[in-house]
Amino acid sequence: MSIFNTLYVYYRFLEISVRSQMQYRLSFVMLTFSHFLVTGIEFLGIWILFERFGSLKGWSLAEVALMYGIVSIAFSITDAVMRGFDMFGNMVKAGDFDRLLVRPRSTVLQLMGQELTLRRIGRFAQGFAVLIWAASTLNVDWSLAKIGLLLFAVFGGAALFAGLIVLQATLAFWSTESLEIMNTVTYGGVETTQYPVVVYREWFRNIFIYVVPLASAHYFPAVAIIGRTDALGTSTLFQYLSPLIGFAFFIACLQVWKFGVRHYMSTGS
Amino acid sequence: MTAPKVIVENLTKTYRVPERRPGLLGALVGVAKRNYRAIRAVDDISFTINEGELVGYIGPNGAGKSTTIKLISGILTPDSGTCEIDGLTPWSNRTAHVRRIGVVFGQRTQLWWDLPVIESFDLLRDIYAVDPDAYLKTRDELIDRLNIGSLVNTPVRLLSLGQRMRCDLVAALLHNPSILFLDEPTVGLDSVSKLAFRDFIREINAERNLTVILTTHDMDDIEALCKRVMVIGNGHILSDGSLSDLRKRISRDRHITVKISNPEFVTAGLESAVTVLQNGGQRVKLGFDPEVISASEVISKISSENEVRDLLVEDQPIEEIIAQMYEENAL
Amino acid sequence: MRGYRALVSARFRALLQYRSAAIAGFGTQLFWGLIRIMIFEAFFLSSTLSQPMAQEDVITYIWLGQAFLVILPWNPDRELGQEIRSGGVSYELLRPLDLYFNWYSRSIALRTAPAMLRAIPMFIVAGLFFELQAPENFVAGLAFAASMVGMVMLSAAITSVLSISMMWTVSGDGITGLAPAVVAMFSGNIVPLPFFPDALQTVLRILPFSSLGDVQFRLYTGNLPVSELPLVFFHIFGWTLFFILLGRWMVARGVKRVVVQGG
Repeated sequence: MSIFNTLYVYYRFLEISVRSQMQYRLSFVMLTFSHFLVTGIEFLGIWILFERFGSLKGWSLAEVALMYGIVSIAFSITDAVMRGFDMFGNMVKAGDFDRLLVRPRSTVLQLMGQELTLRRIGRFAQGFAVLIWAASTLNVDWSLAKIGLLLFAVFGGAALFAGLIVLQATLAFWSTESLEIMNTVTYGGVETTQYPVVVYREWFRNIFIYVVPLASAHYFPAVAIIGRTDALGTSTLFQYLSPLIGFAFFIACLQVWKFGVRHYMSTGS
Repeated sequence: MTAPKVIVENLTKTYRVPERRPGLLGALVGVAKRNYRAIRAVDDISFTINEGELVGYIGPNGAGKSTTIKLISGILTPDSGTCEIDGLTPWSNRTAHVRRIGVVFGQRTQLWWDLPVIESFDLLRDIYAVDPDAYLKTRDELIDRLNIGSLVNTPVRLLSLGQRMRCDLVAALLHNPSILFLDEPTVGLDSVSKLAFRDFIREINAERNLTVILTTHDMDDIEALCKRVMVIGNGHILSDGSLSDLRKRISRDRHITVKISNPEFVTAGLESAVTVLQNGGQRVKLGFDPEVISASEVISKISSENEVRDLLVEDQPIEEIIAQMYEENAL
Repeated sequence: MRGYRALVSARFRALLQYRSAAIAGFGTQLFWGLIRIMIFEAFFLSSTLSQPMAQEDVITYIWLGQAFLVILPWNPDRELGQEIRSGGVSYELLRPLDLYFNWYSRSIALRTAPAMLRAIPMFIVAGLFFELQAPENFVAGLAFAASMVGMVMLSAAITSVLSISMMWTVSGDGITGLAPAVVAMFSGNIVPLPFFPDALQTVLRILPFSSLGDVQFRLYTGNLPVSELPLVFFHIFGWTLFFILLGRWMVARGVKRVVVQGG
């Protein structure tokens, strides 16, 4: 099957999901708004603290806002697209995974196609608003390269989060107990990277640079965009290329998923 | 002519089931050190199904029925053995293989719960990449034959079980598969739906030379549809042949049910040749072996000593045959 | 009274079973607490401006917030929502109990049992390793404990209102959708209330949510003097009464609706 056909089938899945959500229009609007609020108050908190303290280890509110915006948007994309994987544990428990295996399509495609959770636009909207504010407030010369890097960072971050979610879903092949630890890492990752990763204690920051390399999506690109020298000593070239790490991470997680599917097929349900 | 469609050779599948230790201490120890019990769900089975055959596959629960089906549909990988379907090994070429089969799970629908049926069909068309014109033709023909035209715009969640079953049948055939797997399809269906279902399966099997594999507990389904029945028990194929072959292997017995007007049944010298299976006073059921004593002999002996009002001679119900077979094999 | 007590204890015991969820939640909350503390640490290092709370107090406040997080009325009672949807309300009406207090009792259990499962390990771990300090003094500790009782009662009353609103809407709609953000923000869970702009302090104090943690934790750390306790009780009592009355009014109107519809 060609890549175009695969994309077409994905599009068909999404079309159906969107239409089904649109049936409950009022509910959708309210849910989106409340999602917007719940995610938006995080930035409100950051703003309040900056009003009190003035700066965060040499970082200004606008600089932090840039990183916050990137992470918010990146996660909202993943959150909207990966719900099938989020709910995968239940699917395995109910024995419904066989239904996917009996269809001539990749399991990843089918799971991603289960739902496009539109209300995540709430998080996207507040992240976008913050990003725009940061972009206009910061003294940045917005070259094409920098805008490209921004987009690259957002999608690299989205890929990284998606990898985490796939990893979490893969665990369901081995244990029916949902391992909350992954949720902690994913949502914790979002919380953590709202701020530049360098403000945390060293042992903690290293987790998000080396183990769950979220710094590649928000910190390094932001440093390059703002034009600061990185306290961690990375080169500008590295900063421009770092979102690749997110994509590599996602691909690695997909391999683990495939391994999980093979395991499922050899042990049965 | 009939070419082999499904070739299964020496297929074996073992499950490792963790043994649960009793008690709290056992549970704690169990976390550290797990003992596994090996269950041979499918033990070195071999069979060949030819194109166009309508095969019944029966066995008690836990016998290896669903495991076999999962293996040949490509969902499960075996420990050893081979299977070839249209030149492909199901579990190695899952996507390619699965494109050519249709599956109906009795208990679960493959349609999307909230969507109108017709939209599920359209989505399946895209998933299976069916040519749009061919799809329309196939779809409309099937809708017509299964009489679901009036339902087709209803969301699946609003349909009755019988209606859903018919829609699932259509869905399984939209991409023109060459094999159809039916897994307990008639559970919970009312009589009308069951009959309609059987008629339909019989027809498409004949018309399109569609190979059909039916797993079921309903022996009426088997009797109505399957010339060939495979019985699996404890991972082994206990019997593979026609229903009458199966019958003969287990028991030649036939049954006679008589309704009498005399107060008590008189066996009339048949004690050695005949077994009394049920004696309800006025209604008695006897079993006899036609090779030892003929039906007419039994009837005349009974009539000579009893006032017979009604009489029925029949084969031993296939249900009983199967139950006996399970018992004999300690299943 | 016996009936309501029985409801509370039955639900309480049932909720205590959810140990694995508690363990999982504990891990997450530990993480959250750590992040917040490190951020404050970084902020405090970055500025010499005087702040409304001392750093050690902020750390304790944050850990208390995590320890008692599940007392907050984030969301309506799921069990109640089920009951409303499935028609179970009719069964509840057949019991010789006041329907509102039936639900209120269950909300009390809902807001205490999970909290006990998490608070105890949180106190131990954060106290030993992460600078959660003891109360300012014995009296402050007592004041804290007393006001925590108030927090539970107020939270149960707000939870009840959220749950009862599901007689009209589906979960996630209307006020139940707004609740998580509003409650979290104004109870000091996102940022301790004293750090909010000075101009807002009075409003924040008046709002019911300040008694959902902020006041309690500040009594504990001594940031709020014990002499304020009568005012605290007045605040809690007033708002709890308000939400109870609101809840009762809603039940009276909602029951007609739900029972007639066969819902």
